[in-house]
Amino acid sequence: MNGGRKIVTMQKRRARTGYLFILPFIIGFILFMARPMIQSLIMSLSDVKIVPGQGYQMTWIGLDNFHTALSVDPYFNRYITDEIGRMVINTIATLVLSFVIAVILNQDFKGRTLARAIFFLPVILSSGVLPGIERQNEFYDMMAGVAESVEGAAGVNISASLQNLLSVSGVGSGVFDVVFQMIDAIYDIVMASGIQIIIFLTGLQAISPSLYEAADVEGCTAWESFWKITFPMVSPLLLVNSIYTIVDFFMKNDNRVMERITEVMYKDFRFGVSSAMSWIYFGVALVFILLSSFIISRAVKSAQ
Amino acid sequence: MSKNNTVFIGENKNFWDRNRRSGGYLLKKRIGQIAVSVIRALLLFGLCFMIIQPLLTRFSMSLMKEQDLYDSTIILLPRNVTLDNYRIVAELTDLKNIGGGWTFNALLNTLWVSALISMLTIISTTLVSYGFARYEFPLKKFWFACVVAVIIIPPQTIQSALYMNFANFDVLKIFTLFGANAEGLSFGQRVLSLFDGTGTGLIQLITGNTLNLRANISAYAMMSLTCMGLKNGLYIYMMRQYFQGIPTSLEEAAYVDGCGTLHTFVRIMLPDALPTIASCFLFSFVWQWTDIFYTRLFLPITSISTYSNQMASMVTKMSRYFSADSSVAVVVPNARQQQLISIAVLICAIPLVILYIFTQRTFVESLAMSGSKE
Repeated sequence: MNGGRKIVTMQKRRARTGYLFILPFIIGFILFMARPMIQSLIMSLSDVKIVPGQGYQMTWIGLDNFHTALSVDPYFNRYITDEIGRMVINTIATLVLSFVIAVILNQDFKGRTLARAIFFLPVILSSGVLPGIERQNEFYDMMAGVAESVEGAAGVNISASLQNLLSVSGVGSGVFDVVFQMIDAIYDIVMASGIQIIIFLTGLQAISPSLYEAADVEGCTAWESFWKITFPMVSPLLLVNSIYTIVDFFMKNDNRVMERITEVMYKDFRFGVSSAMSWIYFGVALVFILLSSFIISRAVKSAQ
Repeated sequence: MSKNNTVFIGENKNFWDRNRRSGGYLLKKRIGQIAVSVIRALLLFGLCFMIIQPLLTRFSMSLMKEQDLYDSTIILLPRNVTLDNYRIVAELTDLKNIGGGWTFNALLNTLWVSALISMLTIISTTLVSYGFARYEFPLKKFWFACVVAVIIIPPQTIQSALYMNFANFDVLKIFTLFGANAEGLSFGQRVLSLFDGTGTGLIQLITGNTLNLRANISAYAMMSLTCMGLKNGLYIYMMRQYFQGIPTSLEEAAYVDGCGTLHTFVRIMLPDALPTIASCFLFSFVWQWTDIFYTRLFLPITSISTYSNQMASMVTKMSRYFSADSSVAVVVPNARQQQLISIAVLICAIPLVILYIFTQRTFVESLAMSGSKE
């Protein structure tokens, strides 16, 4: 406040105000994120017993819970490998599809507002309890099976017959299996890409139109300006979107690993095992997030 | 050649003439444009249809009498139209007392819970994101990394710890270290009790018992007020982007005119950021409306019956509901189950769709405005 140190105090005061603004987050992070993380780590390493009226007691048992989760539990193992496979395919498909849709929705055409409104619906319809509740119903699967067999009998199951054709003509089957898996899962993929479309749209709208004008004057075709302007400008958002997609996929309610963890916790009350499961799950998710951000940031750099 | 072209193109010649003069370029371009718009229309129509079709199917299925479900000749249009299914679902999901009047209990609960929680969430996340966008302070990078961590870490990882914490809520769980309720514990275990949540706290020391906060909304309100609720990291991230895009000169001018920090924030920054704040609020509201994770964790069905909770427990209720009707244990056929669940999904989604139609501009356009200026 006095004389020569005024600049320093000003800085300090601003720093203090800044801390005041983010104080809620700091409190929340320490109390409801960092501490529960430590607690759940300790929990996953111990045997948790609920004592009525006294809270709960924990005894250290080392890695036993992890052992239970990975090699005793009959489902966890299988579910986690299944879900990872599904996640890799779905993430790639979601990114490509949402990018294409965002590019289309960014163009000028009749009924754009309506189309944007419809593509926003998945944000509502795929959130929270809604997707899971249909999955847990066997009838849904049954109906899907019936529909497929009916289509097959009438000869209108395009993807299957195309697949047959390609495999008969000797085209490598591994890659095509993945592609057809994506096509069959297109509904899930569209439902999962609501937010991603919006994020890409924001990126596209931030590109200044004068760039395209300049490219047009220089004689660029639309295809060229797409790869030279649109893609490099939007590619940083690929990273955000891929992380969001992976996280979203891992946290969805229709995810069977999630269901298993919840089941172990709320039905069997084996808190230690469920903590160990979620830590394994989180570890796997983290590996994939890091891996994909590494790959994508490399690719983005080379694209620019 | 090119000189002639520029002269004639401005004149009102017909298309083919102009095309001939341009050496076929115009025709090619026109065909290209038409092809693009046809492909675009097909693609959009297909995808939009795919999104809407399940809703339509659910709607028509919801009007069918039970016998229509098993009739394989009926695919889309019901033969016997009935609204009775809606009554059954309403009774199953706590919208109507069985045999009594309509109370809309579950939906009203969901409404106020969602409104309250998203309000608290937005207040705290706006403050925090403004702090991150505008102020320089030590360890800023570290705390922002924590925000990213909040986005990335699935809350499922800490759900058992949170469950235990709020089922046995206490403040200042440090008294075990000083010897309260610590018979037979070694010093190492006492230190460990500081971290693993088994320590004795102030409330237990005074009343002898811990509090169970799972049964009311206070636990969740606390979480949202401290930015740890549903997807709060994402809101902080989005709003920080927006605040960073507002020129600092506005605040500097306000500062020069003698406006205090809080005053500047409330009177200048908030009105400017209102569209973004509103869209974050709507996102928060929509996600809270359908959320089951935090709802199940903090608001068990016995305390506050929210619609998402009611939906999740609908299938279990169904067999009891129908058996109570005829006093014989009934296995509800899958088709019937699916039909009733579809109705519940419709009832849950329709208020949100209506909300979205009215606020669509806020949702999409303002978010697009906020842009992420990398």
